[in-house]
Amino acid sequence: MAKRIDVSGLTAYYGNHKAIDDISMTIEPRSVTAFIGPSGCGKSTFLRTLNRMHEVTPGGRVEGKVMLDDENLYAVGVDPVAVRRTVGMVFQRPNPFPTMSIYDNVAAGLRLNGTAKKQDLDTIVEKSLKGANLWNEVKDRLSKPGAGLSGGQQQRLCIARAIAVEPKVLLMDEPCSALDPISTLAVEDLIGELKERFTIVIVTHNMQQAARVSDRTAFFNLAGVGQPGKLVEIDDTERIFSNPSVQATEDYISGRFG
Amino acid sequence: MTLSTTNTTIPPPKAQKVVTQPGDRIFLGLSRGSGILLLVIMAAIAIFLTVRAVHAISHDHGNFLSTFEWNADQTPPVFGIAVLAYGTIISSVIAMVIAVPIGVGIALFISHYAPRRLASPLAYLVDLLAAVPSIVYGLWGAIYLVPNLQGLNLWLNEYLGWTGIFHKTDPSSSARSLFTVGILLAIMVLPIITNVSREVFRQVPKAHEEAALALGATRWEVIRMAVLPFARSGIISASMLGLGRALGETMAVAIVLSASPQLTIHLLDPAGGTFAQNIAAKFGEATDFGRDALIASGLVLFVITLLVNGAARLIIARRKEYSGANA
Ligand SMILES: Nc1ncnc2c1ncn2[C@@H]1O[C@H](COP(=O)(O)OP(=O)(O)OP(=O)(O)O)[C@@H](O)[C@H]1O
Ligand SMILES: [Mg+2]
Repeated sequence: MAKRIDVSGLTAYYGNHKAIDDISMTIEPRSVTAFIGPSGCGKSTFLRTLNRMHEVTPGGRVEGKVMLDDENLYAVGVDPVAVRRTVGMVFQRPNPFPTMSIYDNVAAGLRLNGTAKKQDLDTIVEKSLKGANLWNEVKDRLSKPGAGLSGGQQQRLCIARAIAVEPKVLLMDEPCSALDPISTLAVEDLIGELKERFTIVIVTHNMQQAARVSDRTAFFNLAGVGQPGKLVEIDDTERIFSNPSVQATEDYISGRFG
Repeated sequence: MTLSTTNTTIPPPKAQKVVTQPGDRIFLGLSRGSGILLLVIMAAIAIFLTVRAVHAISHDHGNFLSTFEWNADQTPPVFGIAVLAYGTIISSVIAMVIAVPIGVGIALFISHYAPRRLASPLAYLVDLLAAVPSIVYGLWGAIYLVPNLQGLNLWLNEYLGWTGIFHKTDPSSSARSLFTVGILLAIMVLPIITNVSREVFRQVPKAHEEAALALGATRWEVIRMAVLPFARSGIISASMLGLGRALGETMAVAIVLSASPQLTIHLLDPAGGTFAQNIAAKFGEATDFGRDALIASGLVLFVITLLVNGAARLIIARRKEYSGANA
């Protein structure tokens, strides 16, 4: 189910501005990889190249290869819509569809595929909400608007929506930055459970969070304002936090940055 | 108790003294004054119109609601709004049926499909359309649209005549019908519907569109999932603005429609009338009493417009929970 991601020589632009330069890394299936690095170093940009969301931004352009198992996402003829069904995404700010009920939010992606029947939908919605640790809180109000939930619940609703379509990879861009510590813990626990089934990539500014949830950590940096972001190193999380091979990583982690 | 005694000796905290400067006072006086003036003027207009209208209706020898003809200047006066109400509503409905889908479609194209190079000139063009005076539309309708719609009329009569709606009693008669008026009105209200919808579509939060995209939605699915539901109340408002204009449109209808006191389901026949058209056509030669009667018909149009707006508000309010305003 989960797939390996193999990125080589990936460069992304916004118009003429090169945002990230020549990034290569391998992400193992059924693992959690954390991206850390200073603001503006291109973590979000890189994450969005992994499901071809980068090109949605006007002027967004990508060079290089992203292999999902043995399929290049950027090969000619690959449909970005199909890619995004395989590689799901959770955003920094919870963004449930405001006009839809909790149930419809979770079912939204399934309905796009057009296959699910009512009973199947019911089953999958329940399973996804359980998978997102939200079922007990919302099972009595599935027909109420998703926007009426708390921020943390909304974020878990978005996770349920993303996993309902059974993606192979789940990308999360600072999924806890708008949440309180308790909701954050709930989402972190959830990530631990989800990695049994998905390949997970998470961007975070929270060092403890990276240390808690991830198996591997990638540190990004940029040489200066206006310079493209680069991958400094990627290694097992334990090593990155105890004994990184690059000095800049240690400086950043210990707060001696800049 | 000491506490209460101290409390009584200390003067209760006054509302903080407002710093009044001459400028503030003048502005306050001005704004309050103009507010009151506005209310007085509106009340005066309302009273004036109602008194005149009631006077006219009470002297009507026909039934004001069900009479077809409008002969307010003969003795005894016989006039009613049946044909006018029917014509006004029918022509506006035709206009809406045509203009809302097209207007929303153009707005979607401009906001979500067209490349930027094309989008702004197109938007500008629509703005220009809105700036054309209605008398010009009327002239264009009479000179160009009427003769050129004859072919469409005959075609509709031949293939859809069996519905009754598209039956043309006299195929050789001109196309100065409610149907043509509806089409002309559609063109006239298209810019406002397009512009308002476009603004609404632009305001759809990026986050919602990206949520749909990330689920693997195609462009059309993004629009269906994230854009249209969010913009729903805005589209209703846009349509209501357009409908308001269509209901009240005067000159263009007066020029194009061949009016007659007939209420017919055959929309292609040159017959019927609308409130505004009737007022424009009759006001010049009307006696004082005739004018009062026309005022009465104008009041009815006003009430219809109010009802339409009220209905729109209801529709919007009913799903407020889901409006996205709280997202
Ligand atoms: N829509 C955009 N248009 C143009 N440039 C952009 C856009 N989004 C990001 N950038 C630029 O790309 C670079 C990388 O931005 P990105 O958002 O990927 O950084 P980040 O590492 O996610 O930062 P943060 O930690 O603050 O989220 C920055 O220099 C930014 O200015
Ligand atoms: Mg970011």
